Amino acid sequence: MALLILIAAAALAVPLGEEPVHPYVASNANAGATPFAGDTLWRAFHTRAGVDRIVDGMVDRSVADPRIGDIFRNQDLVRLRRTLKEQFCYILGGGCDYTGRTMKAAHKDLGLQTADLGALIENLQAAMRAEGVPFTAQNRLLAKLAPMKREAIER
Amino acid sequence: MLFPRLLAASFCLFFAAAPAVAGEWRDGGKLLLTGGVTSIEGAAGGGLASWAFIAGNETDAGVGASAHVTQVQLDDFGLTTFGAAVGAFDRVELSYARQRFDTRAAGTALGLGRGYAFSQDVYGAKLRLAGDAVYDQDRLLPQIAIGVQHKRANRGAVIRALGGRSAHGTDFYVAATKVLLARSLVVDATLRLTKANQVGLLGFGGDRHGGYRAQVEGSAGMLLTRRLLVGGEYRSRPNNLRFAREDDAFDLFAAYAVTRNVAVTVAYADLGSIATLKGQRGLYLSLQTSF
Repeated sequence: MALLILIAAAALAVPLGEEPVHPYVASNANAGATPFAGDTLWRAFHTRAGVDRIVDGMVDRSVADPRIGDIFRNQDLVRLRRTLKEQFCYILGGGCDYTGRTMKAAHKDLGLQTADLGALIENLQAAMRAEGVPFTAQNRLLAKLAPMKREAIER
Repeated sequence: MLFPRLLAASFCLFFAAAPAVAGEWRDGGKLLLTGGVTSIEGAAGGGLASWAFIAGNETDAGVGASAHVTQVQLDDFGLTTFGAAVGAFDRVELSYARQRFDTRAAGTALGLGRGYAFSQDVYGAKLRLAGDAVYDQDRLLPQIAIGVQHKRANRGAVIRALGGRSAHGTDFYVAATKVLLARSLVVDATLRLTKANQVGLLGFGGDRHGGYRAQVEGSAGMLLTRRLLVGGEYRSRPNNLRFAREDDAFDLFAAYAVTRNVAVTVAYADLGSIATLKGQRGLYLSLQTSF
């Protein structure tokens, strides 16, 4: 029975609740950063449950944010939350694999500006503060994410 | 000083007209404290050093501005500075600062009269050449900017009587600033070509040295919270005048972003010997608003 469900899921190729995307090759290299060695950061972020709360908090804040809320309209937020959780888990040394697209492909045609990224970072900082992640640990993750600006910004 | 304000306003108008081709205008977008605070010469920086940051809260898609007032209360002297800066597209900065150096009781000892004041206007321009101090976390390359500060002191006759060669002069500098986010550090190194005596308040060039000399400025700060940066600064200075030795300057500072638009900097500054009076130390307090 489990095998049948697995085969059915593979045939669908679209995780439950998500919209289909153009085919791409899934790889951890798509995550846009190398993971931290060891599990210090992973524990500072309160492991899987903590990272899930942080990503949900960041997405919720951003959707409600008048500065950048429009960017998230008509986006597949189910997929966004899943791939962001994978990406953070992978980078923080949580042992996940990242199955999303590259940063360039994921942000294509969104027309993002530097200020949009600034607002997103502030929402991430607020979510990390709400989770009680130490400030220095927050900055270590932000240092991994910051260079993605070059792939995410289009104008 | 109406003229500099008009100048700043006309620069604003100039840039307001420009970005019709640059796409959508943005309001804000820089992270807290990543525009720096304002140095005593009006440029975005630390308190003593000019950094490679561009003033204001705007990113590459907007024009921002900042205004500041700074009071340095030393043992025998007082320095008041106020001014404004415009930062365009995170690329160009234009600044103006007015400094007033009050000799208080020391003025009597110097034969100038009690409360005698030296003043100076500083017109600054800065251009970011390369790098992004905040986002380039995977590169060693710092944010690099070049700058010029034209200074006009108001006491030409006294300055020449004290051995100074000119009441006005121009500094040139190159600044490299980097946020080491993984370590919550901000570091800056600046190389300045200058003739200035006491940053220009006592004129430019002197009877000991007349020409340009290279001086260094360095700052290091640690982000303790998103809003609070604490650190120290060092600034070497030329020693041009025979009548009074000039020392290197130090400070220990704390810069706090009260809101997105308001920052307060307090520092303990040691400016060494000034106009024959040794050991000039005291409190530095600066209030800044930025948009």
